[in-house]
Amino acid sequence: MNALLAVENLATHFATRNGLVKAVDGVSFHLDAGEIVGLVGESGSGKTVTGFSLLGLVDAPGRIVGGSIKLEGRELVGLPQAELRKLRGRRVAMVFQDPSATLNPVLTIETQMRLALEAHERVGAAAARDRSADLLTRVGIPDARRRLETYPHQLSGGMRQRVAIAIALLNRPSLIVCDEPTTALDVSIQAQILAQMKALAADFGTALIWISHDLATVSALASRILVMYAGRIVEEGPTGEVLRKPAHPYTQGLLDSLPSIAAPGEDLRQIPGSTPSLANLPEGCAFAPRCAFADAACKSAPATRRTATRAVRCHHPLGEVAWPL
Amino acid sequence: MLGFVLQRLLQALVVMLAISALVFAGVYGIGNPIDVLISPDATQAIRLATIAAYGLDQPLHIQYRDFLLRLLAGDFGRSFVFNMPVLDLILSRLPATLELTLVAVLGATAIGVPLGMYAGYRPDSIAARLVMALSVIGFSVPTFWIGLVLILTFAVSLGWLPAGGRGETAMLFGTAWSFLTLDGWSHLLLPAVNLSLFKFAMMVRLARAGTREAMLSDTVKFARAAGESDAVILRRHVLRLIAIPIVTVFGLEFGSTLAFAVVTETIFSWPGVGKLIIDSISSLDRPVMVAYLMLVAFLFICINFTVDIAYAALDPRLRVKGAA
Ligand SMILES: Nc1ncnc2c1ncn2[C@@H]1O[C@H](COP(=O)(O)OP(=O)(O)OP(=O)(O)O)[C@@H](O)[C@H]1O
Ligand SMILES: [Mg+2]
Repeated sequence: MNALLAVENLATHFATRNGLVKAVDGVSFHLDAGEIVGLVGESGSGKTVTGFSLLGLVDAPGRIVGGSIKLEGRELVGLPQAELRKLRGRRVAMVFQDPSATLNPVLTIETQMRLALEAHERVGAAAARDRSADLLTRVGIPDARRRLETYPHQLSGGMRQRVAIAIALLNRPSLIVCDEPTTALDVSIQAQILAQMKALAADFGTALIWISHDLATVSALASRILVMYAGRIVEEGPTGEVLRKPAHPYTQGLLDSLPSIAAPGEDLRQIPGSTPSLANLPEGCAFAPRCAFADAACKSAPATRRTATRAVRCHHPLGEVAWPL
Repeated sequence: MLGFVLQRLLQALVVMLAISALVFAGVYGIGNPIDVLISPDATQAIRLATIAAYGLDQPLHIQYRDFLLRLLAGDFGRSFVFNMPVLDLILSRLPATLELTLVAVLGATAIGVPLGMYAGYRPDSIAARLVMALSVIGFSVPTFWIGLVLILTFAVSLGWLPAGGRGETAMLFGTAWSFLTLDGWSHLLLPAVNLSLFKFAMMVRLARAGTREAMLSDTVKFARAAGESDAVILRRHVLRLIAIPIVTVFGLEFGSTLAFAVVTETIFSWPGVGKLIIDSISSLDRPVMVAYLMLVAFLFICINFTVDIAYAALDPRLRVKGAA
């Protein structure tokens, strides 16, 4: 297997006034080169913090307190900031949710792309312009040379996000963490960017971690899905299987709340309750208080049970899969 | 753009008219300059003649009207005390204040902004705490006190720097400037430091607050995610993001210092306009006061206008639509 990224037992905690927030608590997964994996979960489940951890961008009061992140065989946890900086953008990049907040409003697109290039190599102005324009064209921005001279506010939201994607691709990283990059855009543009992203990732051979709270978006893109709840991966598997035969009651709940699955006119089903506060989580399964299948066993933390392709963290997995204990 | 300029010009005219009325009435209320103008042993005839010559026997509104009419002809009147045209008098003193102000405000900005940015970038470092302590001193200790301490320390005890005056000057554009000679600089240094401490404190705080906010923004996080170093992020991203409040305060401080460097100029006997206005208030030199205050108002209008133009240069979102 051609492993690009191997995350083992990653734990990222925030020491806040209200206690220790275990935003990421024992997350393990792996990624092959060029693979697209979806990371889904409700708001506050720790998806963004997972992404920041991969780039070494967790700021105080947060800290990676344990585990391992191996990118292309190299351990990232504990690497000094100067080394991490060299990897950011060049080996692993990130695209954020809100494109109007990520681009610098007072610098031209050209300047911002040039700064991203200069972070890793010496480039002349003309060469930088050529490479930037080329990438803008490839992410679907027409008339790229002229766009280079514009400021972010002169572009639409979709265009801005394309620019951010172009910046992430600029130094040809082997992995891009996409943190809900289409959530702030309208649906038709979302679909366009999704399709384009898929093609670009294939072209560049870039692996993607596509973060979203929306299973539908992810299913259009990812070959595998990781479902995250309260700082942990609770289910993992090939997209089709997870969608057709979810094993974790939480995944089932997420699927039931998708509009396309409910019959027309019928109310959407919702998962009762809300995401628990991550400060001072109780022992046992974090989903138990909201789970219809919860019983006494759920008072202890479930172990991760794996088959060849799938994994679930639940005492009472759904479906007929024979889960080893 | 042209419409914008015209609109601002019109506003400026109205403001100047209002200011002139206020200033004229205010100065009229300060006291009667006749006792200063005429020696006590003058005869009653001379007394009346002088009063009539200066138009001081007329009611206020007539005096004001005559003042405006003369103003239209470019005549600000003559100083009672110096017996020379007020405009010439003020302009002869302005360069001294101008260079002192420029050195003070530019120095405060050039040193205060980087230190403030560092304090915002590493708020918990010892250096940041030192900078903030210095800015508290700059804010809270009165200017005259610092001025005296500076003189006592550097001029009296140590004898390193002169205690007052402009020192040797050299000519540029037909005016004398201290900043062109080494001796001039040695005279400039203490009053400039004295003047700049408060501005320094202000710049530090502005830069620190702005940097702290910017460092938490998605813009900076995204730049970091692209692998840009902190030094590049501070210089290229953060500095541009915090430029607008800094330029605003720079303009306001420049204007107010130019107009009211009174305390420092008095302590260091710096022959600028601040000292001129204090002297003319104590001698009830009405024309000087009126012309000076109007000049100050005019100055602020010019500065505000320049600052607005600078905004557009610094923030593309404020530029007029269609220009891009
Ligand atoms: N700087 C911080 N200080 C304290 N707690 C934080 C900080 N950043 C994140 N957290 C906590 O970490 C948890 C996970 O946050 P995260 O942003 O990763 O969620 P998410 O899954 O990305 O949610 P969303 O879908 O809303 O983006 C949250 O409970 C949040 O309160
Ligand atoms: Mg998030």
